[in-house]
Formats: sequence, structure tokens, C-alpha cells
Amino acid sequence: MPAVQETIDQVKAIDVDQYKYGFVTDIESERGAKGLSEETVRFLSAKKGEPEWMTEWRLDALRRFNTMEEPDWARVSYPKIDFDELYYWASPKSVEGPKSLDEVDPELLATYEKLGIPLREQEILAGVEPKNRIAVDAVFDSVSVVTTFKKELAAAGVIFCSISEAIKEHPELVKKYLGSVVPVTDNYYATLNSAVFSDGSFVYIPEGVRCPMELSTYFRINEQNTGQFERTLIIAEKGSYVSYLEGCTAPQRDENQLHAAVVELVALDDAEIKYSTVQNWFPGDSEGKGGIYNFVTKRGDCRGKNSKISWTQVETGSAITWKYPSCILRGDNSVGEFYSIAVSNGYQQIDSGTKMIHLGKNTSSRIISKGISAGKSSNTYRGLVSAHRKASNARNFTQCDSLLIGQDCGAHTVPYIESKNASAVFEHEATTSKISDDQMFYCLQRGLDEEGAVALIVNGFVKDVIQQLPMEFAVEAQKLISISLEGSVG
Amino acid sequence: MLEIKNLHARIAEDGTEILRGVDLKVNAGEVHAIMGPNGSGKSTLSYILAGKSDYEVTEGEIIFHGENLLELEPDERAAAGVFLAFQYPIEIPGVATMEFLKTAMNAQRKAKGQAQLSIPDFMKLVKEKSKDLNVSMDMLKRPLNVGFSGGEKKRAEILQMSLLEPSLCVLDETDSGLDIDALRIVSEGVNKLRSPERAMVVITHYQRLLDHIIPDVVHVLSKGRIVKTGGKELALELEKNGYADYIEAA
Ligand SMILES: Nc1ncnc2c1ncn2[C@@H]1O[C@H](COP(=O)(O)OP(=O)(O)OP(=O)(O)O)[C@@H](O)[C@H]1O
Ligand SMILES: [Mg+2]
Repeated sequence: MPAVQETIDQVKAIDVDQYKYGFVTDIESERGAKGLSEETVRFLSAKKGEPEWMTEWRLDALRRFNTMEEPDWARVSYPKIDFDELYYWASPKSVEGPKSLDEVDPELLATYEKLGIPLREQEILAGVEPKNRIAVDAVFDSVSVVTTFKKELAAAGVIFCSISEAIKEHPELVKKYLGSVVPVTDNYYATLNSAVFSDGSFVYIPEGVRCPMELSTYFRINEQNTGQFERTLIIAEKGSYVSYLEGCTAPQRDENQLHAAVVELVALDDAEIKYSTVQNWFPGDSEGKGGIYNFVTKRGDCRGKNSKISWTQVETGSAITWKYPSCILRGDNSVGEFYSIAVSNGYQQIDSGTKMIHLGKNTSSRIISKGISAGKSSNTYRGLVSAHRKASNARNFTQCDSLLIGQDCGAHTVPYIESKNASAVFEHEATTSKISDDQMFYCLQRGLDEEGAVALIVNGFVKDVIQQLPMEFAVEAQKLISISLEGSVG
Repeated sequence: MLEIKNLHARIAEDGTEILRGVDLKVNAGEVHAIMGPNGSGKSTLSYILAGKSDYEVTEGEIIFHGENLLELEPDERAAAGVFLAFQYPIEIPGVATMEFLKTAMNAQRKAKGQAQLSIPDFMKLVKEKSKDLNVSMDMLKRPLNVGFSGGEKKRAEILQMSLLEPSLCVLDETDSGLDIDALRIVSEGVNKLRSPERAMVVITHYQRLLDHIIPDVVHVLSKGRIVKTGGKELALELEKNGYADYIEAA
């Protein structure tokens, strides 16, 4: 796919410290008042032209947020975030809401082009086989700037739009499902998000429909001191299928930028949702300055029988990642999967993993986690697998592999297992390995240079997970992993 | 092509001296066999040629194609034409043999300023060479050396050698672990590569390999020194009498 090749070329061409998307788009923008207050919430809700029920929903969340304490159980440390020093709303001035491509500011299109993200429908059409097309919802700071292929999706009955638009156009669906997977008070960051979420994507796949193309959202944080709080809601009706891709970048800045998203997935009877993420936010420079704080709540609810949700993620970015995409296996025979590659280098801190909550009968889950640590980074896998009293014949298989590069990094595995049903069978396997000198020498002897050798060995290590990604993403993910490990040997 | 002069080397970690003044001259087109008792330093010599950092050269030099080989990094040596078929090939989990071959070939082409191989061209080459060495497609899809039998590992080494077309082939006990048929197939593969531009150093313990790959010169390495050099008949003599005569000499 040409867009992917372009991304790779661009990534190679732009050489900013280790991070390759560190450019700022010079675009006029509008920001709300600084600080977190009822006023801020009312302002942004009004700005978005939201109905009264939505404003109230947000205010309720804010009140609850004000009574909560920041959690400290994760294996990450960072200076306390001053929520009053942040902006909660930023929007490119020329964009008030999603428009057609022709009306989008050329500077914005140029930015997405620089990132290798295919917004131009014609180009995609020209270069790619029809079944490989990807519909894109692009979120720039707080606002969704454009959603492509809308008409064609609508013909299949699929709704793919920004969440702001969905609140106005499909309130019955939003009211029914928003907060139904991640309740408003679920956790500190989710509550914060519920109060101030800016934009994000909304997907609805009607009964029996197999979504005709991959759906995708690209997040880009551009504005300074701006928190980004997306909200994504995906609903797969009975017997439907959708594959959704999420990609993220941000410019390089000295200050840390906050990102606290909430993603909710609902799969009804016999439905399947495949959610893939490639996250390469600015991780901070080689001294540990700057970078994105990524506190994300992602949860899928296998609400119907025989439903299936799989999360696949490739995490190479962010200074701090705190993220546990989870599955609630409520429907009988439902299946949850979590495939993860987390790469940490420099001073990055990652605390990530998953939760598989088995509630229904004959539910099964599978967790494959591959952690790669280099530099002075710390990489923790934290996973919970639990079986409810009624979850007879629950099955889980967990495999956690860590690969260490160098002497100064750390890898930790923290599995929690809770079983209240005697018929549950949970298996856990964990390994920690290093790239051996013998492996390096062997590759060098065949002519690979040191970076090529590390990339090859690492790609071998993550292969099981890469295979889960859609083709286009797999290539991009492999390149990203090599790039984020540049300079980690020698 | 290759000239080793008074080479002394020790283990970097503890300073133990392994090579104690090796002299060896190999001309293009020649095949030299190196024999010698266990622990005499044969593999060490091959590692030093390839640039393994576990060893330190304390004295002497290695000239390869008129250049000081010791100044080159291992990958530069590979691109310059040095290939080592390992006594114990290393496993690379998750990396399909095919993928490894392509990466290695393209890395060397890049170092030489040549264009990357197209997938069809690559496939054609691999199919052709694998057939010669009786390496199945199935094996090419498996991760390199992982779970390969001893013989499969050795065949995979020679497959890499024939694809990379080095000018200096160093084979460290390629015959060990091969059954009779595999020994013949692998030897044929090696013989195919014999050419006036290419030199080979074949490390072995047994005459049976040298029945197939007939050497021009045979050396005996003992306690880090070459203690005897002769023609192919020297190997036959060793087979009969063992190393006793030469070890005394060392
Ligand atoms: N990296 C190392 N660390 C410690 N000792 C080493 C190392 N490399 C080689 N040696 C020692 O150096 C000596 C020579 O080893 P080498 O492998 O070169 O012998 P060889 O002639 O190839 O023997 P064989 O016929 O058994 O393969 C041995 O005593 C070996 O134990
Ligand atoms: Mg040896």
C-alpha cells in the first residue's frame, strides 16, 4: 500500500532525536479557558452544540471526579499532573466539525500526509484493491477533522462518524451505550474523560453486516499544554463484524502532554470486533524530557453469546503508558483475545496488560504479551484473569515473554488470577530472554549491521502478535519497532 | 588472497592464550584443510577470521585481498567476502529461514552498493540452491535453526554460503552430524562453489569429508600453532597414525 510506504520513507527522512513525528503544524487554533471547572465543561459542551442531557452527563462526571484520588498502584512514576494548568479544548480554527475533504484546511491535509495517513479517498482508490480500503476518521487535537468513505459505509448501513456528530444525529444509540462498558466512575482517568472528552469515533454495525472495509482513526496532538480526551464507542449488532485500527502521533515538545482516552466496545450475539492499535506518541527525548502521558481505559463487552473481541496493540511511544485493554466475557461461549507488543526505550515507563473477566459459561480468553525493553526503560505486564462463580468451563491461556536489550532496563510480569469456579482452567507461561552475543555475531557474520540484527531478532520475537495485525499495519508496526529501538545497541 | 602472519590471540575475558603464532597462506582457487586435536584452536581461528569479539589478537596480522582484515567489523568482513559455516549454528527464534536469507543477501548487497533483490529473483535463486542441497520449502519456512536436526543445520549453513557467494569460505566441521547421503550432497554443494576466484578453509577431523572435497593443502594445528603442512596424502596418514607424532613436535 503506497500510503504505508510513504509513512516509512517519511519516518526515515525526518530525523528528530529518536522520535520521527516531532513536527508542529503551524495552524491557527482556538483554545478554551485553562483549568478544570464546571465552566470549562459547559464551555466545551456548548462549543460542540451538545444537547442538554450530554452536558448534564459531563457535569455529573466532573462532580464525581472532584471527589476522587489519583491512583498510584501502577509501576510508573511521574510528577503530579496539575489539572488546572491544562487546556481541555483546542481546535484548528477553520474546522468547526467534520466536513468533506474539499473543505478541510490544506495545512491539515498536509500534516496527515506527512504522517502517511491516507485521507484522500481518490488516492486510496487509485492505489489499492477495493477490499483493502480503509475509512479514516482523523482527530486533530480535540476535534475530528474529517471522516472518509462515509457514503459508501452508509450504503451498507454502517455508521462511522465522530462521537460529537453521533451525539447529535444518533442520540438514542449514544444514550443506550455510552458509559455502559466503562461506567462514569470506573477509574480516575475515565471519570475525567467522561467530564471533558473532546472527540473521537463512533461506529455502529447493524445486524448481520460485515463492515465492507477497515475503519480507522488517527489521533494527532498538536497544541501545546492540551490534554486529549477521546471517546470511542463501537457497537457491533448481532452477527456483525468490524475491524478497527487506531493510530496515534504527537509533536515533540519539552513538556509532557496528557492523553486520557476511553474506548468502549460492545459485541452482541455472534458479533466480532477486532481492535488494533499502533501507538507511537512522542516518548520523551533521550534524557527523559517531554513525551506523552498515556492513561487510557479500553474495554470490550462481549455482551452477546458467541461474541468475540480481540485487542491487538503495538505500543512504542509515550513517556508513560498506563493501559489495560480488557474484555468482559458476559455472553456464553464468548471469546476475548489480547495480543500486545510493548517496546520501551530511553526513559519510557510502560505499565500495561489486560483483564479478562469471565462471567458467562464456556468462555475463553487468550493473552499473548511481548515486552521489549531497552535503554533505561521499565516495562511491566500486569494482567488479571478472573472467573465468576457461574463461569463454568472458563479457559484462559496467557503467555508473557520479555526481551531485554542492554543492562539498564527492567521487565516485570504481574499476573493476577482469581477463580471462583472450580471448572476454570487458567494457564500462564512466562519467559525472559536477552538477545545473546552469539545471535548478534551470527547475524553480523551474514552481513547484517547491528541495528539490522536487532531488528531481525526482535521481529522474530514479536512475530506471533504481528501476525494478528491487518497486513498494512503489520508492515508499519515492524518498521516502528525497529525505529524505536534505534541506538539501543553498540 | 588470505595471508595470516604470526597470529597470536587470547580469550578477551581471561587472557588465556589460544593461538600462538599461526602462519597460513591461502591463494585464490585453493582448498586448505585444517585438522588437529580437540581444543587446538581451530574454531578459534575461524572466529577470529570472522571477527568475533570474544578474542583479542595480541600479535601478527591477517591480510585479506590486500587489506588488513583485523580493522574491519564482522559485517564488513562478511560484505568483503568472508563466510563462516559455524560448527554450532545459532538459533534465531521466530525468524523464518527464508526471511533470514533474504535479509542477509540484501544486507550484503546494500553494503556493496547493489540494488535490493526483487522477491521473484530471490525466490528463483533460493529454489534453485535449495534443490541442490535437498532443503525443503517446509524447512525454509521454519525459524532458522530452531529445532533443526544436526544435519539440517549444516545444510542450512551451506545453503547460506551458496546464496551469499563469498570469496573465502571457512567451514568448521561441516561434516559432523551429517549422514552418508547428506555428506555427499553437502560436499557436492561445496564443490560447486570451487572456483579460481574462491578460496576455502575446511576444518575437519575426518578423511571421509576430504574424500569428497579434495584439498590442495592439509595443515595440522596443535596447541595454537600449525605444526605440519602437506598435500592431501597427509590427511590419509593422520587417519592411520593419529596426531601423536605432531603433538610431540609442538
Ligand atoms: N570464548 C571462550 N571462552 C573460554 N574458552 C574458550 C573460548 N573459546 C575457546 N576457548 C578454549 O580454547 C581452546 C580452543 O578451542 P577451539 O574451539 O578453538 O578448539 P577446536 O580446535 O575447534 O576444537 P574441536 O576440535 O573440539 O572443535 C579450548 O580449550 C576452548 O575451551
Ligand atoms: Mg571446533
